[in-house]
Amino acid sequence: MPKVIASILDSLPAYRERIQQVREIILANAVMFGEIPSPTFHESGRVRFMMDRFTEGGCQNISTDEVGNAVGIVPGKKSKGHIILSAHLDTPFATSVDHTVTVQTDHLVGPGILDNSLGAAVLASLPAILDQLGIQFEHNLILLGTTRSLGSGDIEGMRFFLKNNKLPIDAGVIVEGGTLGRLSYTSLGMSRGVIDCKIPRGYDFSRFGAAGGIAILNRVITKMLALPTPREPATQLILGSMHSGTSFNTIAKTGTLQYELRSEQVGLVGELTDEIESILSEIRSSTGVELSLKEVARRHNGGLDYKHPLLVACREIMKALNVKPGVAPSTGELAALIEQDIPGVTLGLTRGQNRHMFDEQVEIEPIFTGLAQLIAVLQAMDGGICHEEA
Amino acid sequence: MKKLESWIEHNTFHHSQFYDQLELLKQKEKTGLTISLCIPTLNEEATIGKEIVIFRSELMERYPLIDEIAVIDSGSTDKTLEVAASFGADTYFAGDILPSQGHKRGKGENLWKAIHQLKGDIICYVDADIKNIHPRFCYGLVAPLLYREEMQYVKAFYDRPLAFSQGIRPSGGGRVTEILVRPLFSLFYPELTGLVQPLSGEYAVRRKVLERLPFPIGYGVETSHIMDVYHEWGLEAFGQTDLDQRVHRNQETLSLGKMSFGILQSFLGRMQKMGMEGQLPDMTNTLRQFVAKDQQYEQVLYDIVEEERPPMIEIPEYREKMGY
Repeated sequence: MPKVIASILDSLPAYRERIQQVREIILANAVMFGEIPSPTFHESGRVRFMMDRFTEGGCQNISTDEVGNAVGIVPGKKSKGHIILSAHLDTPFATSVDHTVTVQTDHLVGPGILDNSLGAAVLASLPAILDQLGIQFEHNLILLGTTRSLGSGDIEGMRFFLKNNKLPIDAGVIVEGGTLGRLSYTSLGMSRGVIDCKIPRGYDFSRFGAAGGIAILNRVITKMLALPTPREPATQLILGSMHSGTSFNTIAKTGTLQYELRSEQVGLVGELTDEIESILSEIRSSTGVELSLKEVARRHNGGLDYKHPLLVACREIMKALNVKPGVAPSTGELAALIEQDIPGVTLGLTRGQNRHMFDEQVEIEPIFTGLAQLIAVLQAMDGGICHEEA
Repeated sequence: MKKLESWIEHNTFHHSQFYDQLELLKQKEKTGLTISLCIPTLNEEATIGKEIVIFRSELMERYPLIDEIAVIDSGSTDKTLEVAASFGADTYFAGDILPSQGHKRGKGENLWKAIHQLKGDIICYVDADIKNIHPRFCYGLVAPLLYREEMQYVKAFYDRPLAFSQGIRPSGGGRVTEILVRPLFSLFYPELTGLVQPLSGEYAVRRKVLERLPFPIGYGVETSHIMDVYHEWGLEAFGQTDLDQRVHRNQETLSLGKMSFGILQSFLGRMQKMGMEGQLPDMTNTLRQFVAKDQQYEQVLYDIVEEERPPMIEIPEYREKMGY
């Protein structure tokens, strides 16, 4: 076991108890973040609220940037370096959706509460939590509420911050509402694409025999599904959505298909994307329709090794809290840390259900275990776990 | 009506004026006043948890502006009290407070008994059915009382949008206010028409005023308070704060009819007391409405009795407790 964490493990049960003293602050923040609509590219309401919370929590250097991230720094004792704690602020829900959050004795319900209002709330509550535990880190702790994470946002908020800030960053933790036990330390190769199909004006249906945008996209899909996607290393093609046509009796003139490719094999996502380009080219030439592919997000494979001391520490901390680690690669902000060679993990805070549905839920009780885990991982990073020999 | 214009200018606030809660806390400490938050309930398990969590976090733990949060319940059959207690509110069944005075069922009863049960020099009443609860619903009402000594009674008013997504329809501009109360005030108490929403369920009041007010236990409580405070302390005693939007359950027109009937009873009763009744007919307690089944129409009779509690200061137990 890494030396740094031996004393931390002993403190874990006490952490869990003492964090409960600020339960209402954490829950109130979750409710208030949850009720501010924050679709990707329109996160300014949550950013403003988060910066207000940072101000009230005594953070320093509170600021926002060109892509709208919310940043605040909890100063360390020695200012010897920086650790990032980050949560994304955007949700897949439109502003017009009813964002009311309901509080019951053991759970909260509301759109986006799991992904990721709770994560945002934890960031905003962190100064109060550290106060409650009497903890001051050696490192400066950068609290970073990121924008433009989901969908075509392509984790731009985190990427922008890492590319443009001048601070030396030693390590990072990404927090997500769910699920407690989540331990992500690798990034999947991933590509999100939008295929647009357009039937040109004056198109001769009798000559080409195709029946409009829907039929064309159907041909594209059939060929995409025939692409080789190996089980090992795990590779997956997700057909996310398709829109085409307007009525019963009018041939669809346009169509749009959105998909995501992900793979654990280095370089495979790129190869498959080239294959999709070839499919489109072939159908384009045989049918005369306009077909285009736009890649809106891309991640590269990478991450920490299983035996990395940070991961050993994370597993020990989870074990001490009786939490079973669930290892899953990430396509979120962790990928941006990995791209910059910054050691980091993504952790979940509690159990929840109905992710990305209007009645998303989080359980209250496990949050305190999730927070004890988070504080312990930050302490391990602060103690230099990332620099220990594997 | 220059007095009214001046009152509107000087006694109408927006909650954003009191956003700096640290300043508010300093002002509270300067005045030495204590503040209680009272939430009257009847089957509010869906919304009560959030109200308690938000108020405790923002107004007790971050900035200890309020000294106690109490839920006073009329006899909920759902988990209202359990949920409220689990997040740290003091919970009471109205029937257990001042048992010598008996128990009447109604919101006004809870508000009245709160005066005896709670400790604060200021009591802020906030309804439990607010879906978009925010600390402004309390500090926006309490703040004017902390800064303006002559002010006694601060009411909330809201922006009421007519179009709203997801099928929630706010109460469409305060129908009872606009159809009943405002015309009555315009006729008999023009100065009171400056109150944007005289019927809003959120208000903060000094104890020394509350303990001297009779409390209709039903629908008429807000209207009668306004008339009594106006009669005793004058227009300057009132303040009102814009709390922006309030999202809550929408009421059916028939329910609003009952409410109006109760308000009318209180209003006319007060006019009689104040010698303003003229040649008013005897009042009955029966409201008649219609229900339709296919092509048949039936008359439904509702007995709505506006019972009334005496000023708390006349209750022997209260006088003894307060050392009067």
